[in-house]
Amino acid sequence: MAYLELNNIHKTYGQGDNATEVLSNINLSIEEGEFVAIVGFTGSGKTTLVNLINGLIEPTKGEVLFKGQPVQGTSHERGVIFQNYSLLPWLTVAQNVFMAVKEAFPKKSKKELNEIVEQYVEMVSLTPAINKRPKELSGGMRQRVAVARALAMKPEMIIMDEPLGALDALTRGNLQDEILNIWGKDRRTALLITNDVDEGIYMADRIIPLRPGPNATLGPEFKIDIERPRDKTEMNDNANFKETRNAIIEYLMDIGDERKSQAKQEFVLPELSPKDFVNQFK
Amino acid sequence: MKQSITLGKVTKFMGLGFLNTFKDLFTGKLEKEDYINFLRKSVVPLASILLFIGLWHLGAKSLYNTEAEFKIEKALKDQGPEAAEAMRACIASGDTSCQPNTLPSPSQVWTSYKSLLKDHRIIKADKLAFAEKTAALNEKRVAAGKDAITYTGRPSFVDQIFRSLRTVFAGFLLALLIAVPLGIFIGLSPTLKSSFNWFIQIFKPVSPVVWYLLVFMIVKTLLIDSNEDSSFTISFISVGLCSMWATLVNTAMGVSSVDKDYINVAKVLKLGSFQKIFKVVLPSSLPLIFTGLKITLSVAWMVLIAIELLAQSPGLGLFVWEEFQNGANDSNAKIIVAMFVIGIIGFLLDRLMLTIQNAVSFDKTDAI
Repeated sequence: MAYLELNNIHKTYGQGDNATEVLSNINLSIEEGEFVAIVGFTGSGKTTLVNLINGLIEPTKGEVLFKGQPVQGTSHERGVIFQNYSLLPWLTVAQNVFMAVKEAFPKKSKKELNEIVEQYVEMVSLTPAINKRPKELSGGMRQRVAVARALAMKPEMIIMDEPLGALDALTRGNLQDEILNIWGKDRRTALLITNDVDEGIYMADRIIPLRPGPNATLGPEFKIDIERPRDKTEMNDNANFKETRNAIIEYLMDIGDERKSQAKQEFVLPELSPKDFVNQFK
Repeated sequence: MKQSITLGKVTKFMGLGFLNTFKDLFTGKLEKEDYINFLRKSVVPLASILLFIGLWHLGAKSLYNTEAEFKIEKALKDQGPEAAEAMRACIASGDTSCQPNTLPSPSQVWTSYKSLLKDHRIIKADKLAFAEKTAALNEKRVAAGKDAITYTGRPSFVDQIFRSLRTVFAGFLLALLIAVPLGIFIGLSPTLKSSFNWFIQIFKPVSPVVWYLLVFMIVKTLLIDSNEDSSFTISFISVGLCSMWATLVNTAMGVSSVDKDYINVAKVLKLGSFQKIFKVVLPSSLPLIFTGLKITLSVAWMVLIAIELLAQSPGLGLFVWEEFQNGANDSNAKIIVAMFVIGIIGFLLDRLMLTIQNAVSFDKTDAI
C-alpha cells in the first residue's frame, strides 16, 4: 500500500451550468520516503491538487488516502509550505514558528518549545533575524521561515506548493539546495509542486506533469535516475538529465499545442476606435 | 542593526511630521532641497493662515459696515434724521449698546479668548476660596453622615471643555465596549450578520437629536427615583450610541475579510477557535478596527455639541447655545472661540488615535 494515494479524484467548482471541473481523474501514489515533483503550467490546477492533499478542500469525487486512511481536514502529519509564504505579519520569525510548534506539541514545556524554535530557525540560518517581523525580511528569508515553520512541526510528509515560485533565480538555487539538505537528513516523504522543470529534475525522484486544466489530469511519470547528492553544474552535462528534461518539455509543449488546436472558441475583437479628443472639447 | 528612537521618528509616528522641518532648521546641515522642503512645509502653511485671517478680517469689516449702514437707515426711516445722526455717533464711539451684531473680527475673537481665560482664573480663585471656607464645615457634615457642600457656581469655559472631553471619552468607551465585541461576533457568524444587518442599516443613519430623545425617554424612567443630574448620563450614552456604528461596521468587515492565506495557515496549524480569533483574526483586522474607532471618536466629538445643547449638559455645546441665546456684545466672538477650540481638540483627538493605531497595529509604515 502506498503512503499517499489519490484515487480517481475529481474536483468541480461552482454548480449547475457554472460548474467547472478543475481536476478530473487524478490518480497518484507516493511511496514512503519518496520525493515527487508535479510540474505544470500556471493555472493548471496545481494549488487545488495541493489543497486536496493537505486537507484544506475536499474532492467532489474520489478519495485521498494518507497511510491508508481517508484524509479528513488538515493534519499535523502533513506539513505545508505555501506559495506566498503565509507568515503572520504581526508576529516575529520566532513567534511564527513558535505558534506552529506549540500546536504540534501541546504537551511540551515552553522552554522545550523555544529550543525547537531556535533549532529550526538556525537550520534555515535565520538566527540573526529571529526577532524580526516578516516585513523586514527579503522574499527568500521569508520563505525560509515558512520552511522552518513547516518542518518544526516534524511532519511525516512535506507538501510544497511552488515554494520558490516568487524568488529570483539565485535565491531559488540556494534554497533548493537548502531544502534538499534538510530533506536528505531524514528523508521524509515530500511532494513538490512547481512550474520549473529543471527544479523538478534537480530535486525529485519522480516527475509527473499535470496536463493543464480545466479537466486537468496527471500525465505519464518520468523517473529521475541521477544519484544524490546532485550537482547543478555537473548535471547540465549529464546525458540522462538532458534526455529527461527534453522529454518532459516536449510533452508539456505538445499538450500546450494540443490545447491551442482544441480551442474552438473564437475571440472577436470589438470594433473600437480611439476617442476623438480634439473634437470633444470643441 | 541598532535601533534608536529619535525625535524625528516620534513626531512622524504621531502624524506630526511637519514639526521636523523646524528641528532641521536649528540643527543645520541644510541642502537646497531642505530649504524648499522647509518653505513648503512651514512657511506656506503659515502664509495661508495669515491669508485666512486677513480675508476673515476684511469680510468681517464689510459685514460690520453693512450692518451699521442698515441700522442708520432704519433709524432715519423710523425716527428721523436726528436719531440717525445719534446712531452714527454711537456706533463710531464704540459704545457697546449700539454695536452692529454680526461676524466678529479676528481681533474681537482674540479679546474674547483672553476674557474667557481671565474669567476662568476668577472662577478658579473663587472655587479655591469656597473650598477653604467650607473645609471645616464639610468635615463636620461628613462626620455627621451628611453630604458635603459643593461649589454650585457657574462653570468656567475651561471647566466646560473638560466636561465635554469627559462626556466624549465616556461615550467613546461605551461605543468601544458595545461595538467591538458585537462587531467580532457579527463578522464571525454569517447567521448573526444577516440577523443584525437590518438593525445596523436602520439605526446607522439616525440623527443625534433622535438618539438623544430616545436615550432621554429611557434614562428618564430608569433614574426616576434619583435626584441626581442625569444630563451627563444621557449625553454620554447618546454620544456613544450615535458614534458606535463606524466601529461596528468596520470591525465586522475586518473580521469577516481576513486574508484567506492566514485562515489557511490557521487551518493547517489546526489552531483552536479561541487561538484562531486571538492570534489570527483579531490582529489581522486591527487596522480596520482602528480606522473605525478613529471615525467613531471624531463623530463622537462632532455630535457632542448638539447633544450637550439638547441635554443641557454644561459642556462646550451648552456654552455655544447659551452664548447665542445671551446675545451680549461679545457673544458672537465667544462662539467663534468655542468653534476654534472644538476644531483644535478634534484634531488632537484624531492624532491621538493615529498614534495609538500606529503603536498597536502591525502595518507600520515607519515604525520606531
